[in-house]
Amino acid sequence: MIKIENLVKLFGSKRAVDDISFTVGKGEVLGFLGPNGAGKSTTMRMITGFIPPDSGSIRVGEFNMLTDPIRAKQTLGYLPENAPLYTDMTVYGFLNFAAELRGLRGADRKKAVHSAIETCFLESVIHQNVDTLSKGFRHRACFAQSILHDPEYLILDEPTDGLDPNQKHEVRSLIRNMGKRKAIIFSTHILEEVLEVCTRTIIIDRGSIVANGSPAQLKAMHPDFGSILITVRNVTEAELREKLKTLAAAAQIESVKNKEEVVTLRVYPKDKNSSGLAAQMAELAIQSGWKFDELHTDDGRLDEVFRAITLPDTVKKSKKDGPVITVNV
Amino acid sequence: MNLAVRNIYTIAKREMGGYFTSPVAYVFIVIFLILAGVFTFPLSDFFARNEASLNAFFFWHCWLYLFLVPAVGMRLWSEERRLGTIELLLTMPVTGWQAIVGKFLASWLFLGLALALTFPMVITVNYLGNPDNGVIFCGYLGSFLMAGAYLAVSCLTSAITRSQVVSFILSVVFCLALVMAGWPPLNDMLSQWFSSGVINAVASISVMTHFSQFQRGIIDSGDIVFFLGLIFFCLFTTGVVIRSYRAG
Repeated sequence: MIKIENLVKLFGSKRAVDDISFTVGKGEVLGFLGPNGAGKSTTMRMITGFIPPDSGSIRVGEFNMLTDPIRAKQTLGYLPENAPLYTDMTVYGFLNFAAELRGLRGADRKKAVHSAIETCFLESVIHQNVDTLSKGFRHRACFAQSILHDPEYLILDEPTDGLDPNQKHEVRSLIRNMGKRKAIIFSTHILEEVLEVCTRTIIIDRGSIVANGSPAQLKAMHPDFGSILITVRNVTEAELREKLKTLAAAAQIESVKNKEEVVTLRVYPKDKNSSGLAAQMAELAIQSGWKFDELHTDDGRLDEVFRAITLPDTVKKSKKDGPVITVNV
Repeated sequence: MNLAVRNIYTIAKREMGGYFTSPVAYVFIVIFLILAGVFTFPLSDFFARNEASLNAFFFWHCWLYLFLVPAVGMRLWSEERRLGTIELLLTMPVTGWQAIVGKFLASWLFLGLALALTFPMVITVNYLGNPDNGVIFCGYLGSFLMAGAYLAVSCLTSAITRSQVVSFILSVVFCLALVMAGWPPLNDMLSQWFSSGVINAVASISVMTHFSQFQRGIIDSGDIVFFLGLIFFCLFTTGVVIRSYRAG
C-alpha cells in the first residue's frame, strides 16, 4: 500500500502541492487527473523520492520514503514524465544498466530484461541506439525499465503520452492487467483512459485534491446523471410533456430539441439512483403508440465534471462552460 | 560485493561506456596526446635541454589540463539534468553519493588511461639516457592527482547548470584560479603589496605549488592530502548542489 499523508511542497511562495493525502492499495489502479501545473508530477516525484516534500509523510509498503529511501525505492517502479533515457546507449544496454542498479545479477538479470522487452514489444529495436528511436519506442523503453524488477508499486507519469492509438491501447491493457496484482498510480490528461483503466480517480487542481472516487462516482456528479433522454416522432411536445408528467418517478422535464416533428426531451428522475423511470417511460411509450427513436439513460460525462471542478475561479462559469457542479470531497 | 561498491561500479561502467560509444573518448585522447607531444618537444626544446628527464613533459600539465579536463567533466551532471535522466538515476535504489562517486571515478579512470598512453615518452627518455624513473613515477602520480582535482571542480560546475557550455567555462575559470594562485609572475606582483605570509597562503591553494613537488620526485603526504582534500570538497559540494536542485 502506498500511503501519503498531508504532503506539502512549496516552490518559492507557491504551494505546488498543498496538503494532499491518499492511499492506494494493491489491486488498485489510481488515475491521477488534473490540468497542467496542478501538481501531479510534483506529487509523483515526491512519492518516488526524487524530491523531498516540505512536510508530510510517504509510506511505500512498509517503508518510509523519507527515512528509508533505498528500501522504499527497491519496491517501486517509476516512469518519469517525458520518459528520459541515456541517449548514448542501446535499448539493451540501458535495460541491463537499470537491471543491475535494481540489484539483478546474472541469469535473473537476463530473464528480467528479456521479459520486459517482450512485455513492451521492444524486440525489433534492442540493439538500436536510444537517440535513433521514435517517441513511441522511447516511451516503451523507459516503461520497460520501470517493470524490470516486477515491482509491487508502479508510478507512471503520463505513460501513454506520445503513443499512437494502437500503442495506447496496448499500454492501457498492460496497466489494467498489472493493476490486478500491483498498486499503480498513473497520471494522464486523457479522460477515456481513466474510464478504461482506473479503479479509482483523484482529480487535483492547484495542488489540492478536488475529487476522489471511482470513475463511475465522478461521472455521477454530473447534473444530468440518471436523467433520461427520449426522442419521439409522432407526438407534439406539449402532449409528450403532459403524459410524461404523470409518471410517478419523473421530476423535471426539459426540452432538448424540437425540429421537423421530432421531439427530444430530457426527463430527470425524482431519485437519481433508482432505475424505475426508464421502465415507466418505455411502458408509456408503448401504450400510447409513440414511435420513439431513442430512450437513453445519461450516465454523466467525465469531461464536463472535470472541466467544472478544475476551471479557474477567474473564468466566469456560464452555460457555455458546461454545467455548474458542486463537489463535496 | 558490497551493495554500495556494486552500485558505484555499475554507474562507473555506464559512464565509461558512454565515453567510448561516442567519439568523445577518441577525440579527447588523440588531442591530448598531440598537445602533450607538441608542448614537450617543439615548445620546450626537449632535445636541446639535453637531460634525461620528463620535466619538459610534466611542466605543461597544469596548463594542458586546464582545457582538456573540463571538456571531459562538463557533461557529468549537466547532461543528466538536460536529458532528465537524473530523475531516473536518483529514483533507483542508489544514494546520491554513490552516483557522484561512480561518475567521478569513471571519468578519472578515463583521464588516467589518456595519461598512461603517454608511455612512449618514458620509453624515449629511457632509450636516450638514464633518467631517474622514480622521479618520473612521481610526476605521473602527481599529474593523475592533479587531473582528479580539476575533474572534481568540473564535476561541481556541471552539477550547477544544465548547459555543458556554461559548465565548461565555469570549470576553466575555477581551475585557472587554482593554477594562477601559485603562478610565479602573479606571486611576484602580489609581493609588492602583501607580506610573504599572505603570498604563501595564496600559493598554497594552488595546484601548481603542490604539483611541482611531485615533479621534483618528492611525495609529500601534505600534497597528497591537498589533492584528495580538494577532490573530496568538490564532490561533497556537488552532493549539496544536487540535493538543493532536487529540493527545488
